[in-house]
Amino acid sequence: MSFQELAALFIVLSPGIAAAIAGLGQRALGDKGSMALTTGILVIAAGLASVLFFNQVFGPHEGAAHSHTLVIARWIDVGTFVANWAIRIDTLSVVMMFVVTSVSALVHIYSIGYMADDPHRSRFFAYLSLFTFAMLMLVTADNFIQLFFGWEGVGLASYLLIGFWYKKPSANDAAIKAFVVNRVGDFGFALGIMALVFMIQVPAEFVGADGKPVAAYLQQAGITQFSSVGFDTVFNIIVNNVAVQPIGAPAAMPIQSVTLDFLGQHVWGIEIVGVLLFIGAMGKSAQFFLHTWLPDAMEGPTPVSALIHAATMVTAGVFLVCRCSYLYEHTVIAANVVTIIGAVTCFFAATVGLAQNDIKRVVAYSTCSQLGYMFFAAGLGAYQAAMFHLFTHAFFKALLFLSAGAVIHGMHHEQDMRNMGGLRKKMPLTWAMMLIGTLALTGVGIPAVEGLHIGFAGFFSKDAIIESAYASHDAYGPLAFWLSIGAAFLTSFYSWRLMFMTFEGKTRADHHTYDHAHDPPWVMVVPLILLAVGAVASGLVFYDAMVDHHQAAFWGSAIYTSPENHVLHDRHEVPFWVLLAPAGAWIGGLLFAVIFYLLAPSVPRKMAATGGPMHSFLSHKWYFDEIYHFVFVRGAVLLGDLFWKVGDKKIIDGMGPDGVTGVAKAGAGGLSRLHTGFLFHYALVILLAAVVFSAFVLLGQER
Amino acid sequence: MSGLELSLGHYLSVSAALFVIGVFGIFVNRKNIIVILMAIELILLSVNVNLVAFSVFNGNIIGQVFAMLVLTVAAAEAAVGLAILVVYFRNRGAIAVEDVNVLRG
Repeated sequence: MSFQELAALFIVLSPGIAAAIAGLGQRALGDKGSMALTTGILVIAAGLASVLFFNQVFGPHEGAAHSHTLVIARWIDVGTFVANWAIRIDTLSVVMMFVVTSVSALVHIYSIGYMADDPHRSRFFAYLSLFTFAMLMLVTADNFIQLFFGWEGVGLASYLLIGFWYKKPSANDAAIKAFVVNRVGDFGFALGIMALVFMIQVPAEFVGADGKPVAAYLQQAGITQFSSVGFDTVFNIIVNNVAVQPIGAPAAMPIQSVTLDFLGQHVWGIEIVGVLLFIGAMGKSAQFFLHTWLPDAMEGPTPVSALIHAATMVTAGVFLVCRCSYLYEHTVIAANVVTIIGAVTCFFAATVGLAQNDIKRVVAYSTCSQLGYMFFAAGLGAYQAAMFHLFTHAFFKALLFLSAGAVIHGMHHEQDMRNMGGLRKKMPLTWAMMLIGTLALTGVGIPAVEGLHIGFAGFFSKDAIIESAYASHDAYGPLAFWLSIGAAFLTSFYSWRLMFMTFEGKTRADHHTYDHAHDPPWVMVVPLILLAVGAVASGLVFYDAMVDHHQAAFWGSAIYTSPENHVLHDRHEVPFWVLLAPAGAWIGGLLFAVIFYLLAPSVPRKMAATGGPMHSFLSHKWYFDEIYHFVFVRGAVLLGDLFWKVGDKKIIDGMGPDGVTGVAKAGAGGLSRLHTGFLFHYALVILLAAVVFSAFVLLGQER
Repeated sequence: MSGLELSLGHYLSVSAALFVIGVFGIFVNRKNIIVILMAIELILLSVNVNLVAFSVFNGNIIGQVFAMLVLTVAAAEAAVGLAILVVYFRNRGAIAVEDVNVLRG
């Protein structure tokens, strides 16, 4: 077993073991013990993951071309339906392992300070490690079933952590909402996997007597082990357009021409799989229509928001689409759906971010918006740019969240920006960290100068996406381009609005809170500084490897781009003004924010007070919650009432248990009334019975 | 004298009449438990008449032996019944039939 395999094994399994020990043995370990255990393990795992990652970036690239799978155990083996417990080591999973373990380790350390007063710390740390384990399972899967396991695992951990303060009713509501909305997406995901299993079947003439596909077919398809849910099998078959025989089909046909009957429509098989898998990604990554749970998830502790709802779990959808680049490169409709939903989300979430007053909600909508960028990049074929933005975003968004957490910590759990202001003098360190995060998020850098690559992380990744959108020949490229430019302007505006409302001007906090406001302790500052390093440098350092000259060698076989897809190359040949547009957008946003929130702070306050239709439209988040409440929640309540009060109470209980007991009770009541207690009544009955029986006997004798 | 000849039918008629009187003594009487006891005696006696009459007319002595047995049992039964009655009276202070309905459901 090589060092790489051992390290990967430790990285993936140790957080799970730590979570089990800290969670089940919290009495024996105590708070200090579980914190030390989980944090220590995560720090070691992060160290190992960074060794793997830097080896991948700076080491020889030859090894990267081949994905490498370490099978831990055979999980499911039914005919062609084979799923392993495996660790797939390729560039995608190494990048994700690095992001997940490093942010998770920093969040663990930060939580030691942030959760210092919480009575349930061991439970909290156990959940955090459980989440990390599930997320690592997700990113190292080599088949859709293990991916789905991790997918549900992170959903569970997210639910547990959003509802961590279970005494707050709003936290419980938010946890349930997150879980239910994710079920909608997961339903699509599960259907997608089922459609794959349905389609990816070996043609009948190739199946041996034992139900296993014979070697000839495997060789033809270029697969070592056939598995209808395995990445290798599925992607190989799609790319090489190998013949398959869907269940019930009369004959085999090439996979790209398979059609399925879905919802009464005749549709291309791989298109429908692409759309269904993306519905799963929409749920987990809070995209338009299924985004409503993400802002509410801010009810959880702030470190959780940073780890789960900014850096890692919500990016699982982007990871899925990039992992399935083999699939999306061969679809048209599905890729267009990804582009449109992504582009709309990035603009929509940015507009809503303008009118939020809760500091965490602003950052949450910003996350939603940035995820939109990643999705439309992937939809347009720039998977590398999507992954690059995922990578840099993890650092600066975790930094923003943890800085917001530091503000909340210093302000005694005040989250409303209207009650802040003037905090720069009180919390200079937090201010500096937040400033770095904001500069990275808004994409500050020097554009369009050859050889002078200087800028914050977001500058490199976001501009790569925007340029790709312009360069793309896709029909929806221009839509994505203009929406993303608009979103970049709005992002800059709401980010600076957050900075100015929180840190500048005269304070609006009550003087008691303001006087006690302070920078956080060192245990919280160190993770902030490390993340700030990432937010400053991760774009500059990894730009070349991830999206520029060396990207093909770096990503290797982990990401597939079809021979017709030149978007990453074409983006270097966009007009000059396209390079300047993102910079113009962030400068414009900054100027507006300066005018509205530094020079004339009375203007926005007046706008909010008069509450024009635009303001209420935005502050109500496009009325999504209201519409969903009216259509789905109320509909579900009505339907539930029907089934509960009519179906269950009246019909099932009425005919079943209640009915039987009712009849028995009435019958027993009637019978008990025969027992009068009077001797002569009993005697009469005895006599009559004697007469009747004698009559029977005598009449019977006569015959 | 053929009109006055006592046949088996006469005896059985008397016996049946006694039996019916006894039965009605139980049902129709709503006053006193002692009357019920007496009615039971009457029923037993009617059975005795039956047994003796059959014994005589069939020339078989066993019926009369049985009648003696029934008399013995009836005497014992009367003794036990009256004893129960006395105890009951001590406990409840009355032996009116209407009041004896502890078994009422």
